[in-house]
Amino acid sequence: MMEKMIFGRFIPGDSFVHRMDPRAKILFVFLFIAIVFVANNTLTYLLLLAFTFFVVFLSKIRLYFLVNGLKPVFILLIFTFMLHIFFTKGGDLLFSFGFVEVYEEGLRQGIFISIRFLVLVFITSILTLTTSPISITDGIEVLLGPFKRIKLPVHELALMMSISLRFIPTLMDETGKILKAQMARGSDIGSGPLKKRIKAVVPLLIPLFVSAFKRAEDLATAMEVRGYRGGEGRTRYRQLDWRMRDTLSLLMLVGFTAVLWYFRT
Amino acid sequence: MDILLQEVGYSYAMNTPFEKRALHNVNIHIPSGSYTAIIGHTGSGKSTVLQHLNALLKPTEGSVVIGEQQVDAKTKGKHLRDIRRQVGIVFQFPEQQLFDETVLKDIMFGPLNYGVSEEEASRRAHELVEQLGLPADVLEKSPFDLSGGQMRRVAIAGVLAMEPDVLVLDEPTAGLDPKGRREIMDLFHELHVKKGLTTVLVTHSMEDAARYADQVAIMHQGKCVATGEPKDIFSNEEQLLDYRLEPPRTIRLQRKFEEKMGIKLDSISLTEEALAKNLALAFLEGREAE
Repeated sequence: MMEKMIFGRFIPGDSFVHRMDPRAKILFVFLFIAIVFVANNTLTYLLLLAFTFFVVFLSKIRLYFLVNGLKPVFILLIFTFMLHIFFTKGGDLLFSFGFVEVYEEGLRQGIFISIRFLVLVFITSILTLTTSPISITDGIEVLLGPFKRIKLPVHELALMMSISLRFIPTLMDETGKILKAQMARGSDIGSGPLKKRIKAVVPLLIPLFVSAFKRAEDLATAMEVRGYRGGEGRTRYRQLDWRMRDTLSLLMLVGFTAVLWYFRT
Repeated sequence: MDILLQEVGYSYAMNTPFEKRALHNVNIHIPSGSYTAIIGHTGSGKSTVLQHLNALLKPTEGSVVIGEQQVDAKTKGKHLRDIRRQVGIVFQFPEQQLFDETVLKDIMFGPLNYGVSEEEASRRAHELVEQLGLPADVLEKSPFDLSGGQMRRVAIAGVLAMEPDVLVLDEPTAGLDPKGRREIMDLFHELHVKKGLTTVLVTHSMEDAARYADQVAIMHQGKCVATGEPKDIFSNEEQLLDYRLEPPRTIRLQRKFEEKMGIKLDSISLTEEALAKNLALAFLEGREAE
């Protein structure tokens, strides 16, 4: 069950996207999130979709795997699509049965919003799938660097992020283990009426919390023992390396923004 | 209850880039009432085999027959509950599964899930706490206030309280002190004999396997490479070394003794007691010869 989820997972590989500098990738994703909202007609949305698939292609991640791993997200997507279909009024009435009326505008908006959602999820997943958590936090730390002036604890934030990212798979594994142990004791998670299901989560959550706190304590001790004192004067083992391809990718995205802007209505 | 693994293969994370093959064509027969030890180097697939024994994992190839029930890739979840009631698993570091407010409630969790009455579950809890050598006042305490060793015992009690026909143990004594280790292993053996359980022990400890088991299976790189009686498995040192295992301490000592003295002892010493007896016999023989 857990092993199929690809949220926040990193797949090592060697593709154009994998080799990009994490700073470039993060900037790219943020810019992309902004320009998704530039699109407002059929052509621009199609361009957006095409661009996204181009990035997926460059990352060499199998589309089947991406789609399969994001299954839970699609439920949300279908839900928003339905909301639009049923509640957005405008344009011609397409069809109706009983009290449900579907308007042209509703369908249009539904499809547009779904595409928007889809490309956002794809692009952000590509970021986490092709960049190791450590690189992401390194990138963020550097990008947030200027905010140190206004006393933002950038290093601490980056550390918190890398620790939480680091522990996602560990906690996932642990959840699986505890789930199995409780299943062996006859606890039925994921069947029966809702009330029973909620109750069945307790034997899973409590051990998970207990071990997470224990881990946090152990980690704190381990860090102290190794003389960790925060980011002051700390040098880096992994140096970030900004290359031509990073500049080019960002320029490409800027160009794409211009195209979108030109075709929007 | 008989358990039969037939050409079992298992891959983790099927159809993803993380797909990892853990078992290939595993055939093991665990006869009813036997004490089977599964040994093997780290990563040999021991724990994966173990999870097939009560259908926590369904084989991606082949099938597992547990009692009357056959489990393969297509078996639906409904039938599995019954299997899980009959096959109890004590996982590695089982204290991680404790969650309830009191030790009593935690031990009763399993039996209540399988429809045992409140009084009966409570009776079993009281009995088990005593059997496992815990003080009686522990029942009303929170499991998180106990020491590590006590937590382990409570967790084991939680599995035993379901009164399974088959008991599967995954390194049940890892991380315990030597005395606690021996006590718990002896208790499992006592239960095995008294209640006629079928016991499966997954372990790194050749000494435990040699002492308690009547059948040993060696796992290596996802395959079951040998099964047999302990005396045969452990006297074949070459084979053990091939699979990166070593014979139990007693046999190593016996071999050294034999080498130094240039004699051969009567039988293979699977336990300290057997070794002592063999040495005593050799000593007596030596005296008679003089």
